[in-house]
Amino acid sequence: MLLGRVVGSVVPCVVYGGLEGVPMLLVQPLDQAGQPAGRPLVAADATRMAGPGELVYYEGGREAAMALDPSFVPVDHAIVGIVDDVEREPR
Amino acid sequence: MIVGTVTGHIHSTISHEFYRARTLLLVEREDAVGARTGAYLIAVDTVGAGMGQRVLVLDEGNGARQVMNSADGPVRSVIVGIVDEVSTT
Repeated sequence: MLLGRVVGSVVPCVVYGGLEGVPMLLVQPLDQAGQPAGRPLVAADATRMAGPGELVYYEGGREAAMALDPSFVPVDHAIVGIVDDVEREPR
Repeated sequence: MIVGTVTGHIHSTISHEFYRARTLLLVEREDAVGARTGAYLIAVDTVGAGMGQRVLVLDEGNGARQVMNSADGPVRSVIVGIVDEVSTT
């Protein structure tokens, strides 16, 4: 899993069976320090509670779809939690 | 599996039910000589690892679910060991 910042939402008008009603959010991947790293991606929101501006952690690959119900759906990234705080190692 | 250093602890109230009451740690990957790389991942702790410790991380879904004793958990990365030393020849 990696950290990401929700930067937008995607509203599809037609989706593959099983993805009806699943929130799709635009997520900017972050590096360890919380700075943007790489290109934004679209992730299904398995918490159904994440909103714009929120710091989240997301899973990629086959495990992303397993966060959803039904789980046999074409999804490659899914938000699985919302971060309250990241306690970092003192440097 | 990879070796890395625990650099952070994620506190999270709202999560997928699989992650409720699990400890999530930030682990920074290290390169072949043990230097930090800046690349990281978030892994579930199963061994009681602490901040700053070098750990062994399994980054594969089926093995991870076996470790977590879950048939359908959306999990791929788990910390499965604490490393004392890595020696290279």
